[in-house]
This record gives sequence, structure tokens and C-alpha cells, in this order.
Amino acid sequence: MTAAAEHGTGQPLAAEAGRRAEVRARWLLSAPALLVIVCGAVGPLAVMGVYSFLAPGPYGDVVWRFSTDAWVSVLLERDIFDGTLSLADAHLSIFWRSTWLALATTVLALLLGFPTAYFIATRPARTRDLWLLLVTIPFWTNLLIRTFAVLQIIRNEGVVNSLLLATGLVERPVQILFTDAAILTGMVYVYLPLMVLPLYASLERLDFRMVEAGYDLYARPRDVLLCVILPLAKPGIVAGSILVFIPALGAYVTPTILGGGKNMMLGNLIELQFGQGRNWPLGASLAISLMALVTAALLVYVRSTGGREAAHG
Amino acid sequence: MAERFDVRRQRGFSLVAALCFALLYLPIAVLVVFAFNAGPSVARWEGVSLVWFEKAMANEAVVEAALRSLTIASFAAVCATVLATLAALATTRVARPYRGLALKYTLINQPLVVPEIVTAVALLIVFARVKVWTGYSGLGYLLLAHTAFCIPFAYLPIRARLESMDLTLERAAADLYATPWRTFVHVTLPLLRPAILAGATLAFVISLDDVVITEFVKSGGQDTLPTWMLGQIRRSTSPEMNAISTGFLAISVVVVVVFFLSSRKRA
Amino acid sequence: MTTSRILPLVAATLLATSAGAALAAGELQIYNWGNYTSPELIEKFEKTYDVKVTITDYDSNDTALAKVRQGGHGFDIAMPSHNYLPIWIAEGLVLETDPGSMENFGNVAPEWRDPEFDPGRRFSVPWAWGTVGVVVDTDDYKGDINTWKVVFDPPEELKGRINIVPEMNDVIYAAIKYHGGKNCDGDLEVLKKVRDTLVAAKPHWVAMEYNTIDKMVAGDFAATTDWNGSALRQRLQKPSINYGYPVEGFAYWSDNVVVLKDAKNVENARLFQNFVMDPENAAMISAFNRYANGISGSEAYMPDDMKDAPEVVVPEAFRGNAEFSRTCPPEVQDLYTRIWTDLQK
Repeated sequence: MTAAAEHGTGQPLAAEAGRRAEVRARWLLSAPALLVIVCGAVGPLAVMGVYSFLAPGPYGDVVWRFSTDAWVSVLLERDIFDGTLSLADAHLSIFWRSTWLALATTVLALLLGFPTAYFIATRPARTRDLWLLLVTIPFWTNLLIRTFAVLQIIRNEGVVNSLLLATGLVERPVQILFTDAAILTGMVYVYLPLMVLPLYASLERLDFRMVEAGYDLYARPRDVLLCVILPLAKPGIVAGSILVFIPALGAYVTPTILGGGKNMMLGNLIELQFGQGRNWPLGASLAISLMALVTAALLVYVRSTGGREAAHG
Repeated sequence: MAERFDVRRQRGFSLVAALCFALLYLPIAVLVVFAFNAGPSVARWEGVSLVWFEKAMANEAVVEAALRSLTIASFAAVCATVLATLAALATTRVARPYRGLALKYTLINQPLVVPEIVTAVALLIVFARVKVWTGYSGLGYLLLAHTAFCIPFAYLPIRARLESMDLTLERAAADLYATPWRTFVHVTLPLLRPAILAGATLAFVISLDDVVITEFVKSGGQDTLPTWMLGQIRRSTSPEMNAISTGFLAISVVVVVVFFLSSRKRA
Repeated sequence: MTTSRILPLVAATLLATSAGAALAAGELQIYNWGNYTSPELIEKFEKTYDVKVTITDYDSNDTALAKVRQGGHGFDIAMPSHNYLPIWIAEGLVLETDPGSMENFGNVAPEWRDPEFDPGRRFSVPWAWGTVGVVVDTDDYKGDINTWKVVFDPPEELKGRINIVPEMNDVIYAAIKYHGGKNCDGDLEVLKKVRDTLVAAKPHWVAMEYNTIDKMVAGDFAATTDWNGSALRQRLQKPSINYGYPVEGFAYWSDNVVVLKDAKNVENARLFQNFVMDPENAAMISAFNRYANGISGSEAYMPDDMKDAPEVVVPEAFRGNAEFSRTCPPEVQDLYTRIWTDLQK
């Protein structure tokens, strides 16, 4: 398309008209995709924003009456019995748990994933694809299956406990399931490939002559790692961290299955409002709060890559 | 002769990598191995047996859910790829950025940056109302939702390919008096084919995998395989789960390996 | 794998399997509690009436109410508990199918024919009834299990191994009884103690899950609040698991089959309501979920291990501590919901 348009060497007026036609054509082409996305993803978010300013109905749904209760309830709560206004412990502790679990997941994924990505990137070209395939297979496996697999490993009758009991290291099964540790394990397992792949993309392009230069200057391997390799791999590290942190923050399936309904993360809290909690507006405001957290994380990403990526979209 | 100093070696990295691979495959391996266990628990091995596979296949609900998953995924993959191709053509190789281009990028990539649970409850809210207004509660909502979140996944590879594509061949076609349409069909599309395939495959698997959005949007009797499995895990773990997971896993592996092999040949 | 190759593959699969699948005359969408519907019953119904039945499950009355209330659910049949049924009726969610005049109504036991929650049985049909109590693995705890103390002020051996089934009203009722309150108690003094007890006990709970059977048998839990039939199913798999009837007071409940107002398959739904009032079919239901049903004559077909199981037949000594829980007035219900959400942390 562009090729054809660029061929024209006519007068500015004709070029202008041609350009307008081109812009129109581009809008026409992208219209169906945009329409589907607006109807099936973006539009509903706006509706949800509206709902967060309504009052909850008696058994779910909303009553069309303006109310800021939902937003106030995100951070503050009124004690049922003495009416005192205080910080909403329940919500804040869930926000906190979600954030630190997501951060811990990211860090652990990085610690495990960086050496792995480096390993793959330094394999000879023939076998590199195979290693990459080995990493992507778990990635393409359903999240639910992977979480269920972790369940089978850590439950009281699971593999870990069976081994511990069989070797006599413990007398009774260790309670791993239904703890924060269980959720963390599940999330690291599920999101690890998402960390490895961008890291690999970054490390693959690493110019090892820099590394060689470092060694030539009498640097030790540790210094080379910290001062040469890591900075060069920074875009990959940041991309991988974002790809892990965002889904981890909004995780729903993993805490449901491994958390036992007691260790709730933001996703579970939001779902509760649409079920037993019977408070759709609060669910909406919590969901928007989650989006705000995610956007904040993304802004950090954009800033740290100097906005280079933003230009390319 | 002394061992050559390898600038690429970092101490301990290979060990961690090996550990990582082992950890990645251990849970899946356990699942697959115990799918063939005669007993129901992973605590005791009771002999090899295909009984859980038989039960899974005889389970009508499972088969139906699996078919529904495949149907939705196929539809979403095809639609999303077509729409994404159009959108990619519209938003790449722009001589000068025009107004609204940045907006388009944001919109198209939106499903990638919004957590699934947020989109899921937003869709729940809107579709619940629409279902009551129109009385229609068929697969349409699921198809729309899936296509919407598959578009960015199909879009990215196609766009990447377009951006790095060299204009020479298309210019040559124009030089030979080909109309824009013919250039598109006979030159651009074939060059884009690998990217379109990548996008379609990615969209297909992403849709097949989806749990959260489907769980919130579905109406009665519209379980996909992942939502059926989620229900089972939450409300009544059946030992068939290992077998069903293995089956599902097999499908994913086949898709990935086929795609991998076909893209290797091309390279 | 090109898209042009995927589509024919999908089409072929669909063709292959649909040839075997029931091209039934009709459909029925049932919305029921999880792990609660006998597959044999469904098979028999499907064959008898040439109807394809699909079951979707839920894990609490609140979830079911929320889902049905929001509309567009696509279900024909649901099974609300007795204390929620008046709400369903008041909200206009159920169809008046008048089971009282259906063919099999004569089989309904006299005490279930005209209940407080559905006078004259204009909407519902009994599915199962039972009690809410405590389930303990006596291998882990040898003390007295007939008290709510097991879950609200647990002994050392059970701390950190307790599950609470997240059925809000059951748990609040239990806590109220634990503090000597009454059914649908709205007394703020009592409720404050209830809230404090629940919040204090929560650290000793390991989970709040619906799926107790597998987890108790597998040892993921050592104790749980639960319904009696579930307890019996657990004991049949692991004999050390016993059911306790709390002396502070425990509740009877009953689940009822209703047809939903916006059901698409009303005829089939009516047939289903009639179908479950038949003694043989009722016995099938009970044989699977191990609860008593309200249909006379079904005793003849029930499995032996239910005939004098302590889970099904409430022992004489405990009968005085039981009553039916009730639908509470909205303000009181609202307080309960707030206490419950306070608990979710």
C-alpha cells in the first residue's frame, strides 16, 4: 500500500489528497478489529467504571442510584457494631498479599529464568531451537493443568510429602497446600516460561565481544556478569518482569486452587463481590484499582526503557 | 593443550538451568505418569492401567466441553487472524504517523495489559444485561470475547513481520504494472504467510487455554474444557483429571511441535 | 497447521462424535450443587424422555442466587435450600409449576407436603434433606466431636487442619448457636460475639472450600463443618471419619427442585420435577449423595449402609438440639453478609 502511494511524485495537492485517501483506507482496514475489541474488551471496561459509582442491589446486580460507597469501601470500612470508620484491613491485607506475592514471583522467576535463558542463548545454533522448544512446551500447556499438577505435588498425599514420609524426614505430612507458599510455588511454576522467553530474546542478541573485552581488562566472571551482561540484558529483564508481574498481580485460578479460599488475592476478592459478597459496585471499583496498579507497573516499565519501545507501540 | 577459555561460561548457570528444566517438567511428568496409575491417588502406585482414560472418554460432559473448546478456539483464531492482518496492514509501514495511530496501538494491545479478571467481570456486567434484554444466551458472547482477546496475539507477529519486510518485492510488482490488489494477493500475502500462521496458532492456543474470561461469560451448559476442569477441581476432584489433563497436554504438545517443525523447514 | 487445515479437522471430529451423541428430542439444563446429582438418575431420565441433560454446578446458595438473579443464565432447573427458597419466590425467579397436582405428588411424605417455605408446594419438589454438623478424622483427634468447639475453638491437634464449607448462613447459624443465640438472631450483642469468634478462629482454619470429600479422605483436612451425606460418603471411604452433632444446636435443611421463570425447556423441567418424586428415583438420588429424601416408599430401594447410619438417622440423644434454619429478615441477613465479608481476609 505504502509502496504504491510513495510512487507518486505529483503536485503537493494531489499528494495531500492521496494521503487523505490513504489514511481513510487505513481506518477502514483497522475498523473491524477495533470494533471487536471495543465491544468485547474495552467498552465493557467503561461500563464497569460507571457501575463502580452505583449502589449494590439486594441480591447482586445494581440499583441505579449514584453512590461513592464502592470507592470508599476499597480503603475504608465502617465497623458493623460500633460504626467507627477505619482502614479496611481485609482489603488492604489482600492488596498487600497480592503485591508481595507478585513481586516474589517475579524475583524468583528472574533468579531461575536468567541462568536458563543464558544457558539456551549460549548453546550452539543447531540445538538452541530444541532447548527453546523444551521451554515453550510448558508455556503452551493450559494454566489450569499446570496448577493442578502443582496441587498433586504439594498436597498432603502428594509427591513431596510422600517422599518426605518415605525417607522418614517427617512423621506427619507437612502442610504446604493452602498456604501463601503454595500460591507462590504455583505462580512461579506457571509464569516461569514468560520470564525465560523475553530474557532469551535479549540475551540472544548479546554481543559477546563486549564480554570478551571485559575479560581482556582482567575482570572476574562475577564482575563481567554484573557489569557487562546484566546491563546489556536489561530490556529483556524488564520485559520479562512485566510479563510476569502483571498476570501474577491479577492471578485468579492459582490462588483459587492452591489457596483454599482462605488466602485470597485481588482476583478472588473481586470475584467474591459478584458472588457471595453481593456488591457489584465494589467489585467494579476493586477491579479498576487493580488496573490502576497494573498501569503504574507499566509506567515504570516505559520509564525504565526510556520510552524507546513506546514509539513502536 | 589447555582448555580454551570460554567467555560465555558463567559458573553455576548450567546447574540452575538444569534445575529449572527439571522443575518445569516434574509436575507435568507426575501428572502424565499417574494418569496411567490404576489407583486414584498420587501417593500410591497401583499398577498400570488405562481405566481413567476410558472413564474420561466415556464422560459425555468432557467430550462435549472439549469439542466446544475446539470450536470456539477455531472460530476465534480464524476471525482474530483475519482482523489482525487487516489491522496490521493498516498500522504499519506508515510514512508519517497520522492522528489516531497511537490510539489504535493502545486499543489493539489493550487485552494484553489488562488483567484477565478485570476484563472478565466487565464482560460479566455487560453481557448479563444484554442477555436479559435480548434473551439470547448462546455461544455468541463467548465467540466475541475470545476473538477480542485473541486479536493482539495474532497482531503482534504479523506486525513484526510487516515492519521488517523489505518493500523491494512489492515495488517490483508495481513496476510490472500490478494493481495494488494483485500485489497484495500475490506478493505481500505469501511473504506474510509464516507470520499469519504464527499468529493464528498463537490465537488458537490462547483461546483454547482461556479459563477466567470463559468462566465469567458462559451461560448454562456452555462449559469449555478448562472451565469444566476448574469446576471439577473446585467441587469434586475426580481421578480422571490426571487422564484428561494428559489428553489436553498431548493436544498442546502436538500443536506446538507441528508448528515448530513447520517453521524450521521454512527457515 | 494452517487454518485451512484446522477447520476440516474440527468438522470431521464434530461429525464423528455427533453421530454417536444423543440427537435427543429435547434438552434440560440443570443447575445443582456440585457432586450432588446421581449420574444413574440422569441417565434414566435421559432414556425415559429422550432428553439431553446438562448439569452445571455451584457451591453455595449465595452463588446460585447471584447467578440466577443476574439473568441470562440459561438454566431450567435449580435446587435452592429451604431457607433461600422464599427469597427466590419473592424475587420472582421461579415458575409456579404446581407440583402439588403432579402425578407423583402422592409419594411425598406427609411432613414434607406443606412446608413453611413453600406452602402447598406450588413451586418446589423435595430433593434431599439433612443436617449440618462437624466432621472429624478420629485418627487425628480422639476427643468429643459433638460440639462446634471443634471448629470455633479447636483443640491443639486440629489447629491448622480445619476446613469451613463457605455456606454463609450455615456458618453464621452455627456460631450463633455456639453463643446461645436463636434462629435468625439479630441481637447485636450476640452478633458481635459471633463476629469476634469467627475472626479469632480463622487463623486455625486451613481452608474454606466446598470440596471436602476428597480432601478429608486424602488427609488434606482433619476436620470440617459439613453436611451429613458428605460425611457418610467420607466415612465409607475412610472409616475413621466421624460425624458430630453439636450439642449447642445444629440445623436441619432441605433442598428443593424448582423450575426457573426464564427456563427455556419448561415441559422437560416439569417432567423432571415429577420424575424425582418417584420412590425408585428418589432412592437413586439418595444412594448417590447419601442424604435422606422426602419421598415415602423410597426406603425399600435405599442402600443398606444408609438404613441405620448415624449420619442419616439422627441419634435420639441429639434430636432435641435440632431445628430448621429460617429465612431471616433482610436487615438481619444484611448483618450476616457483612460479618461474612468481614471474615474474608
